[in-house]
Amino acid sequence: MWLLRFVAVRLLQAVPVLLGVTLIVFLAIHLVPGDPVQMMLQGRATEATLAAYREKLGLDRPLAMQYLRFVVDAVQGDLGTSILQRVPVARVIGERLGVSLALLGFAALLSVVLAVPLAVLAAARRQRLADHLIRLGGTVAFAMPSFWIGLLLILFFGLQLRWFPISGAGSGFADRLHHLFLPALTIALFLAPLLIQSLRAAMLEVLTAEYVEVARAKGLGEGRVLLKYVLRGALVPVVTILAVNIGWLVSGSVIVESVFSVAGLGMLLVHAVSTRDYPVIQGLTVVFAVLVLAVNLLADLAYALIDRRARVA
Amino acid sequence: MSLSPDAPTPLDGVAAAAPAAWRAEVARWTPSLWVGAALLLGLVLAGIGAPWLTPWDPLRQDYGAALQAPSAAHWFGTDSLGRDVFARALYAIRIDLAIGFWTTYVPMAIGVLIGAYAGLVGGLFDTVLMRVIDVALALPFLVLIIVILAILGPGTRNIYIAVFLVGWTMYARLARAEMLVEREKDYLLAARTLGYSRTRVLLRHALPNILNASIVFSVSDFILNILLVSGLSFLGLGVPPPTPEWGAMVADGKAFMQQAWWIATLPGLVIVLTGVALSLIGDGLTHRLGDRHVTGH
Amino acid sequence: MRAAAVADAAAPNAAVAAQNAAVAAPLLDVQGLDVVFRTARGTVAASRGVSLALGAGETLGLVGESGSGKSVLCRAVLRLLPSPPAQVNATRLAFDGIDLLALPEARMRALRGTSIAMVFQNPMTALSPLWPVGDQVTEGLRVHRGLGRAQAREVGIELLRRTGIPDPAKRYADLPWQWSGGMLQRAVIAMATACGPRLLLADEPTTALDVTIQAQILALLAELQHETGMALVLVSHDIGVVAQTCDRIAVMYAGQVVETGPTAAVFGAPRHPYTQGLMRSTPRVDRVEGRLAAIPGQPPDLAQPPAGCAFAPRCAVASDACRATAPVLRPVAAGHASACLFPERLG
Repeated sequence: MWLLRFVAVRLLQAVPVLLGVTLIVFLAIHLVPGDPVQMMLQGRATEATLAAYREKLGLDRPLAMQYLRFVVDAVQGDLGTSILQRVPVARVIGERLGVSLALLGFAALLSVVLAVPLAVLAAARRQRLADHLIRLGGTVAFAMPSFWIGLLLILFFGLQLRWFPISGAGSGFADRLHHLFLPALTIALFLAPLLIQSLRAAMLEVLTAEYVEVARAKGLGEGRVLLKYVLRGALVPVVTILAVNIGWLVSGSVIVESVFSVAGLGMLLVHAVSTRDYPVIQGLTVVFAVLVLAVNLLADLAYALIDRRARVA
Repeated sequence: MSLSPDAPTPLDGVAAAAPAAWRAEVARWTPSLWVGAALLLGLVLAGIGAPWLTPWDPLRQDYGAALQAPSAAHWFGTDSLGRDVFARALYAIRIDLAIGFWTTYVPMAIGVLIGAYAGLVGGLFDTVLMRVIDVALALPFLVLIIVILAILGPGTRNIYIAVFLVGWTMYARLARAEMLVEREKDYLLAARTLGYSRTRVLLRHALPNILNASIVFSVSDFILNILLVSGLSFLGLGVPPPTPEWGAMVADGKAFMQQAWWIATLPGLVIVLTGVALSLIGDGLTHRLGDRHVTGH
Repeated sequence: MRAAAVADAAAPNAAVAAQNAAVAAPLLDVQGLDVVFRTARGTVAASRGVSLALGAGETLGLVGESGSGKSVLCRAVLRLLPSPPAQVNATRLAFDGIDLLALPEARMRALRGTSIAMVFQNPMTALSPLWPVGDQVTEGLRVHRGLGRAQAREVGIELLRRTGIPDPAKRYADLPWQWSGGMLQRAVIAMATACGPRLLLADEPTTALDVTIQAQILALLAELQHETGMALVLVSHDIGVVAQTCDRIAVMYAGQVVETGPTAAVFGAPRHPYTQGLMRSTPRVDRVEGRLAAIPGQPPDLAQPPAGCAFAPRCAVASDACRATAPVLRPVAAGHASACLFPERLG
């Protein structure tokens, strides 16, 4: 019961945020100088054709009406029509959503796999050599631009060693993962240092909790104390940290998709921007905002499930 | 007010304060702060002194000398238009550091003032601000910047406008949260009960304390903004050619990865060096200004 | 200074010998325990030459203000102090004849929770919020005694029943937040006594609880002690609590034991001005008094302990000698020792 109410409340809270995002993007695009219809028809149309198109697209109506129409359509899954491809935006996005979600999920998984053992090691050996090396490595990895790491990985693992394909999507589950590995690793190398830093700090904080001392007083070994009490306690904030950084994950994927020519939403965005395909840009912002809000909702839900005290609050 | 015999007189203070305070400040610097500051200073000097550090013109094309591997003459080799990659990487320090600096500290100044004010007065202003920030943070930063650039068109000036429009929100949220904590502290209540005006209280007493968190955060933001600008240029939405810019240089080299690896890879090293320098400064500042934990954008 | 240091080194033995005579073969034997913390601000001496002895089945009350070194003493016995920053030295630190300072970590770990166990101050933070109470209570049984989950559950339910948890089978899988503070402290006590320890260190076990619950917890400890015959060190800043429960008392101040002896003797005829002060500042229901007398001043900064008696700055009867010479524990009566230079001045 609490679960249902929790989700309902959070969904209601997301509505005004989504309305705000769409309103700002909508206004920004419609207030730009330049006529989208003219751009669509590439300036070869007569005034009569232009007017006909405007009427067809509803562009002759007041701005408020147009926005209302956009929201009503969007709720029904209609995000307009791509100017360039002349097909529904929802379809264009739908075709590429899966790849991007797979890439994001894979990258998040890889960054957790990289970060958790290193953070545990750093916290257990705090202020010793291993800790300093891990933190130095994190500092360097954080400073590396993802488009550059991506190219290095292509150069080394793709062109030199030929372990991984450097473009294309692959077919079948394993082959697709194989194709997505280098792009996902590129994003993970950027995200992992953030996770390591947060997880290490969280673990150091948990290490001072009284229940850790109690666990030691019970005669438990340091390994058991670290894994059962400290890491488990520190993982709760990490779920939140991962969600807070979903924006960076998505930002990273936009660049990485371009580097590896992954046909996902990020590449679609860059392409739509360079061709000024405004309906696609508008639709993508809605999808990205929904994605960010959904991930945050899921993280809060996971938090509430792991730590039942959060439900009370 | 009582003066003990050995208490310093006001005049002593004036004479000694400035250098003594500076010496005390420097004495508190950690090794990472020293190394980071030295590296950054070196990079800034290299950017300014580029004409004296390399004989090559970053813009001069020479098709006869295209795609040459690194050598004694061309330390980082040459690109597909025969331009010296080292010279271009060096001159690019100027534009990348400048954009990184302004896109960090202009939003910080705006954001801290807005956020601190909202935290102090609360009410409608605060509520509206928080909703605006929620909306801004619902979109990934890079996506938001790209959308704005899609409307304004690519280019350096529009990058500034785009980041100024969006970047302040994070600082506003940070400063507001700090202000809410500061507001309840005794000294601030004391200052208010003494009848000081709200502005005075804000500027003289609370702001210095609130700034610390933003300063610590600004250093990683600086790195992220350099990565943002070079990333946008890599995507062709940033600094237009032929201006030397790190991300654009890497993009130039992408097509030649097999024949000429140096065009794309070596300029990236300069970005990493810059980022490491800033990270070290950030670590040092975190120690110096109090351990604060800031994540996410 | 020099003379005082020599006296310091030589004299405690007499007092400790007197104490040890009272306790036949001590279960816990602490002599000359020094604990220092090396921090960025300097070295803090949290325990300075503490000597104590405790026989099997005996109850010792440790009293003193917060920061006087009571908790540090318990943690030093269990070797729970992180090093760095803590440094522990002692002439002797032995449990049942085993030298704890020389013990390898693996064997020390085997002692923790089995032979020596500890109950902590705040039950709300003593259990991890993420694991069921029962699981944490029986963890020692599974790790040290090799019990399986089902077996441990049975024993655990019995342990919880013994400590007064109603319907323990149903509540075994609850998470800590579902329990009240008093129930959690019962669980912590069940957890500490799970493996049948011979020595239980209870560090302020009632401080975080409501007054009505305090009495119940003290009664529970006394009952368990009676059943199992374990020895108990009861740490408290509340002399009322220790007076009810303990055979002997050690009063601590600024990292030192300033007075020790049988409960009746120490509270009946205190021979240290700090003990007197503590008693005067404690409200009593059974006696109508004009006012409570707070001890003036603050405990000394343990980063810079004073040269003479640590209590001298707050003492009403201190003289120049007190400020110059550091006193040591000296017998004032049978089994009763005080670290006051002039115990006869106290009336």
